[in-house]
Amino acid sequence: MGQQLLTVEHLTMRFGGLTAVSDLSFTAQSGEITAIIGPNGAGKTTLFNCITGFYKPTEGQITLQHEDGTTYLLERMDDFRISQRAHVARTFQNIRLFAGMTVLENLIVAQHNTLMRASGFTIGGILGLPAYRKAERHATEKAVRWLDRVGLVDRADDPAADLPYGAQRRLEIARAMCTDPKLLCLDEPAAGLNPRESDELNRLLQSIRNDIGIGILLIEHDMSVVMEISDHIVVLDYGEKIADGPPLEIRNDPTVIRAYLGVDEEEEEPVVEKLVTEAVTGKVAPAAVVAAAADPVVPEAGPDSHEGRP
Amino acid sequence: MAETNGARKSLGAILVDCAIAALITFVIAAPIMGLRTVNSPGGMTLQQHWGKVLTAVAVVFFGRLVLQLFVWNRSAESRGLGQLVLRLAVAALIGFAVGTAVCFLTLGADNMSLAAAMENALLAMPWNVATLLFALAVFSLSYGFFPRNAAAAREGADAANMLEPLGDLFKLALLVVALALPFLPWSDRYILDLAILILTYIMLGWGLNVVVGLAGLLDLGYVAFYAVGAYSYALLATIYFPLWFPDWLMPYAFWIALPLAGLLAALWGIMLGFPVLRLRGDYLAIVTLAFGEIIRVVLTNWADFTGGPNGISGIPRPTFFGIPLDSSDEGLAARIGIPFASIQRIIFLYYIILGLALITNMVTIRLRSLPIGRAWEALREDEIACRSLGINTTNTKLTAFAIGAMFGGFAGSFFATRQGFISPESFVFMESALILAIVVLGGLGSQIGVVISAIVMIGGFEAFRNLDFLRAVFGNEFDPAQYRMIVFGLAMVSIMIWRPRGLVTRREPSIYLKERKAVSGELVAEGRG
Repeated sequence: MGQQLLTVEHLTMRFGGLTAVSDLSFTAQSGEITAIIGPNGAGKTTLFNCITGFYKPTEGQITLQHEDGTTYLLERMDDFRISQRAHVARTFQNIRLFAGMTVLENLIVAQHNTLMRASGFTIGGILGLPAYRKAERHATEKAVRWLDRVGLVDRADDPAADLPYGAQRRLEIARAMCTDPKLLCLDEPAAGLNPRESDELNRLLQSIRNDIGIGILLIEHDMSVVMEISDHIVVLDYGEKIADGPPLEIRNDPTVIRAYLGVDEEEEEPVVEKLVTEAVTGKVAPAAVVAAAADPVVPEAGPDSHEGRP
Repeated sequence: MAETNGARKSLGAILVDCAIAALITFVIAAPIMGLRTVNSPGGMTLQQHWGKVLTAVAVVFFGRLVLQLFVWNRSAESRGLGQLVLRLAVAALIGFAVGTAVCFLTLGADNMSLAAAMENALLAMPWNVATLLFALAVFSLSYGFFPRNAAAAREGADAANMLEPLGDLFKLALLVVALALPFLPWSDRYILDLAILILTYIMLGWGLNVVVGLAGLLDLGYVAFYAVGAYSYALLATIYFPLWFPDWLMPYAFWIALPLAGLLAALWGIMLGFPVLRLRGDYLAIVTLAFGEIIRVVLTNWADFTGGPNGISGIPRPTFFGIPLDSSDEGLAARIGIPFASIQRIIFLYYIILGLALITNMVTIRLRSLPIGRAWEALREDEIACRSLGINTTNTKLTAFAIGAMFGGFAGSFFATRQGFISPESFVFMESALILAIVVLGGLGSQIGVVISAIVMIGGFEAFRNLDFLRAVFGNEFDPAQYRMIVFGLAMVSIMIWRPRGLVTRREPSIYLKERKAVSGELVAEGRG
């Protein structure tokens, strides 16, 4: 077990009358893969957006601690500073590569801040000082190392959009890794991958964890991936944590089985029930209950359709 | 209507289709174009213009026929020699027919019987031959230039890849011609003036290319920075420098004011940038448009400071390291012992703008391979991904605005010193639109594309003034310059239909590992502001 890396305390995110994440607390260690699972609309992506600064949480505190003891209060930082200073990197559920740039360029852009300093904030670069050329060579070497790891060296000079889907997913992970993160947040990295690709992904994530020792936060629906590689699983349902523990424990947890693994027609009912109880206690406007009863998917559509867009 | 693929129509079906279109045209055109009420001494009379109606009908019929045969109904297997000859023959006939039809309109077809109109038309054989040649040219071009579908477009891109070395040669040739232009035998004052104008627009296009092409921020008010640069130089050189500096420094006014004007324009770029940081796409375009207009309105109304609509005159000319280019004994000509000619000043101005433009180009090319330039392009591709990688998008956008504005400011100072007089009328929205059109037409982000489209657009505009031979065809009242906006608009529409990403669509990667492969324009984002 590694050192405490991420601490989420009493995190709540509301969109108008809808509570996407409600009073959520958990921790993630460095050198571990922490999986966040839960049915669609459970608030997983909202949680990611809060950690990476794309949303400002309504309540709660998110703390990131580096090995040297520096702590960062992520909920108070701008999104780009979270990557720049606190070294949290992320990938997106719908892949967000720089499609018109080459694979190599994608990885060089990821090292923007290092290169920016090396170029003397552009001025030295314009004058053609050698320091920048050296830094760019190092950046290329690092990019090639990562391309080698994800098996894309041969495609380095091709546009990112020309890669097949699975390769784009791997490239996005490599790009995130090029920012030297301490915490890597992966939003459904195995979505749309075939069994062989998803097996390769498992090995890639395990090697990142074991060799580099950073913490990985993983949203995933593919249980084979989750159960095989994660050290720790947090289960969300309708914005609340219903279970938290190692994979074996989660696999046998009756709450999880009922709420997530053993879903059938009953899947949609808890929304209405929950909203009714909340309405009674005055948390949610009655209109939301009516809407939820008419179409149980509606209240959950909010946060996910805003995915990645503050 | 447009059959892009699938079964091809038979000739009969095509003719019927064209006839229907022609009939509709006749029904619409007959009352509108064919009959005109005129006030005459005996009251109102009706004039008949059947020639015009027939022209419209013929143009629609044959135009549709051409489209049906060569654009909508083309198939890959129709490339055999027999097909080619047949199509050439048809194209020639159509060209002849259209030429004849156009003559109805042009050779005094007004108020004339059909027979007389016909007779006139046949007299215009040379014109017909010209049309025929034109039709042939369009026909042959239509095979390679207009991609029918994505596959054909890709084919074209491959062909362009093979022409890569030629592209570098072309750039080199352009540069050599540009450097040698003043000494070419046919260069006179007119050519040089035109070249200076084109180079000014190339420089403005390159400046705007940073904002629109690289960073993907749609800026409709770019002329504001051009104005800031021009007014900065004009005001500094005519009012402030005489107060601040001793007389011996005054000959250097242009060279001192040039960087200041660029800096001031960059400052204004940042001032525009701040409020629009959160805006995207259409909203950004509207605010920048308003910004351009605000600057112009302020320049017009703040008469105490800017001279208002009267503008500023007596703006000093640039000097050659302090030596003026005039006919005095102190002038450059006298000092190096050659007779003075006013063209020397034009040549000097030409080299100044050429140098400024080349510097703009070199800086932009270098910026593209620096982190800031890559961040601009990444911003155009995906702003959210940029932020997730720790790129400060606020600063990135502001630097794009500032650097684009700075180049605009340099161009503005040059404009002021070249004209010697500036007024708000030079900085209207039309200028912004023209610069943006140059950038878009050239292909967003492409440096050489800007050059080609600036030459085509500014040079093309100018060429209309010289089409005097058309008077021989259309009669003495015909002024080709009046039609330039129509032709310009048509050309823009056609290019946007057939080459929607501009003339040069490929993006050169800023870094490569083994092999520099251009990125197809289809993959490159246009930016949403």
